[in-house]
Amino acid sequence: MQTSSSNEGRTPLDAAIVLTFSCVGALLALLAAAFTADPLFRFHMYVFLIAFVIAAGVMTAGIGAGRFRGDPKSYEDGVVRAGVIATMFWGVVGLLVGVVIAAQLSFPKLLYFSDFGFLNFGRLRPLHTSAVIFAFGGNALIATSFYVVQRTCRARLAGGLAGWFVFWGYQLFIVLAATGYLLGVTQSQEYAEPEWYIDLWLTIVWVAYLLVFLGTIWKRKEPHIYVANWFYLAFIVTIAMLHIVNNLALPVGLLNHRSYSLFAGVQNALTQWWYGHNAVGFFLTAGFLAMMYYFVPKRAERPVYSYRLSIVHFWALIFIYIWAGPHHLHYTALPMWAQTLGATFSIMLWMPSWGGMINGLMTLSGAWDKLRTDPVIRMMVVSIAFYGMSTFEGPLMSVREVNALSHYTDWTIGHVHSGALGWVGFISFGAVYCLVPWLWKKEKLFSDRLVEWHFWIATTGILLYISSMWVSGIMEGLMWREYTPQGFLANSFVETVAAKHVENIVRMTGGLMYLAGAIIMSYNLWRTVRMPGSATETSAAAKPALASAS
Amino acid sequence: MWKHHAKLERHSLLLIIGILIVVAIGGLVEITPLFYLESTIEKVKGVRPYTPLELAGRDIYIREGCYVCHSQMIRPLRDEVERYGHYSLAAESMYDHPFQWGSKRTGPDLARVGGKYSDSWHRDHLIDPRSVVPESVMPPYAFLAKKELDYRDIQDKVRTMKAVGVPYTDDAVKNAKADLEAQADPFDAGGTALKKRYGDKVAQRDFDGDPERLTEMDALVAYLQMLGTLVDFKTYKAEAPENLR
Repeated sequence: MQTSSSNEGRTPLDAAIVLTFSCVGALLALLAAAFTADPLFRFHMYVFLIAFVIAAGVMTAGIGAGRFRGDPKSYEDGVVRAGVIATMFWGVVGLLVGVVIAAQLSFPKLLYFSDFGFLNFGRLRPLHTSAVIFAFGGNALIATSFYVVQRTCRARLAGGLAGWFVFWGYQLFIVLAATGYLLGVTQSQEYAEPEWYIDLWLTIVWVAYLLVFLGTIWKRKEPHIYVANWFYLAFIVTIAMLHIVNNLALPVGLLNHRSYSLFAGVQNALTQWWYGHNAVGFFLTAGFLAMMYYFVPKRAERPVYSYRLSIVHFWALIFIYIWAGPHHLHYTALPMWAQTLGATFSIMLWMPSWGGMINGLMTLSGAWDKLRTDPVIRMMVVSIAFYGMSTFEGPLMSVREVNALSHYTDWTIGHVHSGALGWVGFISFGAVYCLVPWLWKKEKLFSDRLVEWHFWIATTGILLYISSMWVSGIMEGLMWREYTPQGFLANSFVETVAAKHVENIVRMTGGLMYLAGAIIMSYNLWRTVRMPGSATETSAAAKPALASAS
Repeated sequence: MWKHHAKLERHSLLLIIGILIVVAIGGLVEITPLFYLESTIEKVKGVRPYTPLELAGRDIYIREGCYVCHSQMIRPLRDEVERYGHYSLAAESMYDHPFQWGSKRTGPDLARVGGKYSDSWHRDHLIDPRSVVPESVMPPYAFLAKKELDYRDIQDKVRTMKAVGVPYTDDAVKNAKADLEAQADPFDAGGTALKKRYGDKVAQRDFDGDPERLTEMDALVAYLQMLGTLVDFKTYKAEAPENLR
């Protein structure tokens, strides 16, 4: 790390700030661990303490050795490389936990251990959802956003070490959340389970993330902010808003892990699903659309299909998504007007969603042959197709009469996975397949054949997963409401549980195949990184992607 | 129009402000009325704050992630009302910080499970679900019966609940610990005071069948056994204008 800046020899300001922050953090964590009477809180304070001590040690050694001076003329790619590795690591972990809990529902006698409560379904399921959404998806979003914003702004990442702070701070958040679920630290709001002090930590990290991203945009040498960055920005800003409002809670004590939500009952239900559905809308959609808007045009070497469509569907998408939460609460004690409003906007949401799908798919016009020749393009195109399918299914399920059948059943689980495995997973895999050769300066991937294997195994896995969940979801929904000719309920609840056994096994098999695909991918990427490299950055990555702006 | 949009594309602050306005509208219109429209929550008699033991049990229910498989929200559909009982009212969860309506029924709804089974059935079922329901896929919770309930912070919990708006009296906060111990022991003299504070219907007994110890099983069963039992539906008039929403 050489630099020719004028302040040679002085400690870089950002490094000094991170060092101070780590020392103060370590001291606070030590005090909290010493004085609390709550064993779970103490454990997490020790995790904080270890993290801050390691950070302080690394900073001290690094400053002493004169490091941490980034070259302002080059891009900050180290943090992106770290992000790609973290994405694949957490992806495999999250998928593995998913397979384990699917197996538990298939074979409860074999896979539950009465002495190990932390391995029960109720504790592993939040671990699975958070690991795939926030650890896998979140790292993919942070890594790609840092890559894309630098290229499309032709500016180095702002804030010096702040990008690294965001990366490691986010990993610490993941470790706290994951260990918390296993130990029983949860506030029970789905996809927002971490307790108050973990939420506060994420807020700090997220604000830093926003500032780094925005700071890079401010430094840009392009007059226009590229469309992918609008989506990243909407994702970062809106997630901050949702996170803060939905997690408003009063701790039982400053040294107690437990907190109670400021909201109760019906108000809490709506804020939760306003959050929950927009975690889908902004974390799993807007952020990944940003990925689509950079990597699909890049890989296909075609401009984005329609600049105007991207404007219209951007604003329509972010405006309408926010309203859709109440469709999770059909026929509940939520007032009828709110349910109707939520369903109406959910159905309207179909249009901007398909606007995005069309814009992504049509970007390939003139390059459709690449579907045959480039398995990475094929993966991204199938991902967009799954996006189209699940954003059609979603509005359908938000119709009250359909929801009366589908709600509380496995159909919802299947719907979520067609979006998560098909859309989110495949677009991220596609982006990572693009990024690894670019970041590690290789001509191409180690093996395109392995990408083919990954693609077909994973696609078959998704199809097994979602079709088995359609079958079991619709079946149990119909069985719950089935009557005998004499007018009695035909099935006891447990009969509907027993009826799903085969579907549960098919679902587990599908998940296992998807996991196998991710492991093949990890191997392929590892071999790519270890290939002898070429010194030059490939031509595709060097130029920023720009929309055909009028 | 497209030219005007170029302004947003060139000024990141304008873009951020635009995004914030656009994403704020939906939430403001849908969520804020729930806090002031009086018709949001029905006026019913009988709903009371949780006793300290039930509150501790509810925290165990949350800790174990019961909500990921069990809803507590009966919809007004014929089969649900016949299977689980009267559909759930907003009033029944108005002291639930946080709510436990759930989103998935891998197991049955629990909104009205209180009083449907005996304490010993619950204990056996929690220790080994397949001993009473062979086809069940529920995990075993045998450790609850072995683990002493840690209620050192129960007073802080009740005080926090009061601070977020649950109508506990100062008396209830002060006696949280005594009330918790009294409810799990049928011979505890504090039972009278407990019932004075929380009503005569509060169950005072040894819930886990182990009189020697106050376990997590005691707390969880106490919570399960009161679910959905507070409102008297013989006197509740669903069709009355004040209850129509």
